Amino acid sequence: MSKDDKILKEFTSKEYEHGWSVDFEVDQAPRGLNEEVIKLISQKKEEPSWLLNWRLDAFENFKKMTEPDWSNLKIPKIDYQDISYYSAPKKKKMLNSIDEVDPELIKTFEKLGISLQEQKRLSGVAVDAVIDSVSIGTTFKEKLSELGIIFCSFSDAVKEHPNLVKKYLGKVVPSKDNYFACLNSAVFSDGSFCYIPKGVRCPMELSTYFRINASNTGQFERTLIIADEGSYVSYLEGCTAPMRDENQLHAAVVEIHAEKDAEVKYSTVQNWYPGDKEGKGGIYNFVTKRGICNGNNSKISWTQVETGSAITWKYPSCILKGDYSVGEFYSVAVTNNYQQADTGTKMIHIGKNTKSKIISKGISAGFSQNSYRGQVNVMKRAKNSRNFSQCDSLLLGNNCGAHTFPYIDIENKSSMVEHEATTSKIGEDQIFYCLQRGIDEENAIALIVNGYAKEVLKQLPMEFSVEAQKLLSLTLEGSVG
Amino acid sequence: MLEIKNLHASIENKGILKGLNLKVNAGEVHAIMGPNGSGKSTLASVIAGREEYEVTEGEINYFGKEISELSPDERAREGIFLAFQYPVEIPGVSTTNFIKTAVNQVREYRGEKSLDAVSFLKVMKEKMKLVNIKQELLSRAINEGFSGGEKKRNEIFQMAMLEPKLSILDETDSGLDIDALKIVSRGVNALRSIDNATVVVTHYQRLLDYIVPDFVHVLIEGKIVKSGDKNLALELEEKGYDWIKVKN
Repeated sequence: MSKDDKILKEFTSKEYEHGWSVDFEVDQAPRGLNEEVIKLISQKKEEPSWLLNWRLDAFENFKKMTEPDWSNLKIPKIDYQDISYYSAPKKKKMLNSIDEVDPELIKTFEKLGISLQEQKRLSGVAVDAVIDSVSIGTTFKEKLSELGIIFCSFSDAVKEHPNLVKKYLGKVVPSKDNYFACLNSAVFSDGSFCYIPKGVRCPMELSTYFRINASNTGQFERTLIIADEGSYVSYLEGCTAPMRDENQLHAAVVEIHAEKDAEVKYSTVQNWYPGDKEGKGGIYNFVTKRGICNGNNSKISWTQVETGSAITWKYPSCILKGDYSVGEFYSVAVTNNYQQADTGTKMIHIGKNTKSKIISKGISAGFSQNSYRGQVNVMKRAKNSRNFSQCDSLLLGNNCGAHTFPYIDIENKSSMVEHEATTSKIGEDQIFYCLQRGIDEENAIALIVNGYAKEVLKQLPMEFSVEAQKLLSLTLEGSVG
Repeated sequence: MLEIKNLHASIENKGILKGLNLKVNAGEVHAIMGPNGSGKSTLASVIAGREEYEVTEGEINYFGKEISELSPDERAREGIFLAFQYPVEIPGVSTTNFIKTAVNQVREYRGEKSLDAVSFLKVMKEKMKLVNIKQELLSRAINEGFSGGEKKRNEIFQMAMLEPKLSILDETDSGLDIDALKIVSRGVNALRSIDNATVVVTHYQRLLDYIVPDFVHVLIEGKIVKSGDKNLALELEEKGYDWIKVKN
C-alpha cells in the first residue's frame, strides 16, 4: 500500500458520531403503505378533511408512478410495504410548553448538542425538534410571535393557521411532482412551518433539527417557509440518525415562497448515518427542495453541506418568477466509503433580469460516487438573465468517482450563462508542503479540503460554519492522498 | 547537528545521491553548489523526508539520532525546515491560518501552550518586518497568485515563525531580482544564531554575497567532490563546474 493510500485509508475510516439510539416508548403504525395507514396518520394529527383528501389524492397518483431511474445512482430495491410510516414518542399528556417535554427526549437532543431549554440558548437560535414523525417542541415561539412570526411544527400550523397552509401547501412542489415528493405528500407526518410577515426581519436564526430514532421507519417531513413582502429569514436544518444495519428512507419536501423584496437563506448540514465502511445500512435521502421567488427583487439562497446518507438524491432549486429575483445554490457534497450522491440544483429563470449562481464542490473518497447534476433554464421572457455555474470535484484516492451533468437551456438571446468545471486530485505537493511545516496528515487534509470548500462554507451562519468544517474533517478522517 | 554518512538515495529506482557525506554544526552556514541534475534538490528533499525518494544506503543523523524512518512532519516538528524552490499553492487556505496551524502544532509537540489569536498576531507583526511582508498578503490564500519574490519572502517568513534548528534553503535565489534577493538574505541573516544552522542550496555564487557561508561544498553526480570556504564559490564562479569535473 502506498503512503498516499495509507493516509487515505486512515482519513476515511472515522466512525459516525451520532450512531446511538435512545429507548423511549413509541406509538408506531404497523408496516405497510395503504389508505388505512394514511387515514391513521391524518387521524392522529386531527387533520381537516381537505388535507386527508389531498393525501389520498397524492397516494392515488403515487400508485401510478415509478421510481426515477435517470440518476447516476445504484438504488437497491426498496420495499415500500416494509416501512412503518408513522412513529412518535408517546406523549403522556398535552404539552403546554417546551419545559414539559419528556426529559428523555430533551436529553436525546442535548446529546446532539442542541439545547431545547430556552434559558440555555445563548446564540439566539430558535429550534424546532423533530423526532421520527413528530415535532417534540419549538423554542422561542412566544418571542417570535411578538413580531408576528409564526414558527411551529407543521401539525400545529395545520390546526392554528389552516388558511396559510392551505394557500401555500404543494404550490411549489406539487404532490405529483416526482415519485418521492408524491410519497411524502401521502404520508408526511410533521416538519416545520414558518411565516415571516411583511417587512419583518427575523431577529434570530430559525432551525429545525431532524432525528430518526426508531427502526424500520421512514421519515417524511414537510417544511413550508413563507417570507412575505420585504421580509428576511435565515433558516437552518440539521439531521442525524442512529447506526442501523437496515437502510432507512428519508423523503422530505421543503417548499419556500419569497414574495416581493423578501429574502430567504436556507442552510443545511446533512449528517444522516452514511452506512458502515462496507456500505451496509445508512439513510436513503431522497429529498425535494424548491423555492419560488414569486415577487420582484426576491432572493432565495440554498447552502448545503452534505456529508451523510448512504444515497443522496437531492436538487434544491429556485424558480425565479419575479423580475430581478436572485437564486443561489452553494453546495459541498462529501462522499466516502460506499456512499453515493447525485445532487445539484435547478435554476428556472422566468422573470426578466433574473440572476442565479451555482457553486458546487464535490469531494469523493473511498469507493464512493459523487455526481453533480444541474439544470439552468432561461425562458423566453426572462430577458437579460444571468447564470454563473462553477462545479469543482476533488478526488481523494483512486477508487472513487466524480461526475458532472450540466443541462443548459436558453430561449432568448439577451441572457448569458457561464459554466466552469474542474476536477482535481488532492495534491501530493500540497500535503508535503503542510507536513514539512509540522502539520500532520490529518490536519493537512482537513486544511486543504476546508480551503477547497471555503467559498461554500463561508455562506453558512457562523456557528454552523464551524460545525460544518469539523464535520468535513471527520467525514474524511482516516482517507487521502 | 547534522551528520550525513555515505548517503545513497534514488527516485523511481534511479540513483541520484551516490555516497554523500556532510557534517553541519550549530551556528554554521553551509552552501551546496553544483550544476543542474547533480542532486542538490534531491539532497534537500531527502533531508526533509519526502516520500518519493528512497534512501538505499547510508545514514542521516540529526542531533545524534538516525532520522531516515521519521515522517516529514515529525522531522519538521524536530526543527528541520525546508524553504521550497517552488512553494505550493493551497487555494482557500489563508497564509495566516496555514502558519497558525503549523506553529501551534509544533508548539504542542514541544509541550508549549498554543498561541491565542492575539499573541499570534503580535509575534507575526514582529516577524513580518524581517522580510517586508504586508498584512494583506497574509490574508490571501497561501502562495496563490503570489509573485516569485512574494513566495520566497513568505518562505523565509514561515522560517522566522517556526524557529527551526536546521534550515535548508532550496534555490531560494531562483527567480528573484536583486532587491528581493537582498530582502530575503537580510531575513535569513537576521535569523542566524549560534544555536541554529543553515544549508543554502544554490546554482549561483550571487546569493553567497549576501548570505556568507562558512563552508562551500561542490556537489557533482551525487557526491560532494570538493569543500572549502567562501572563496571556493568565487573560484567556481570564475572557472565553472568543468574545472572541478576535469580535476576529478
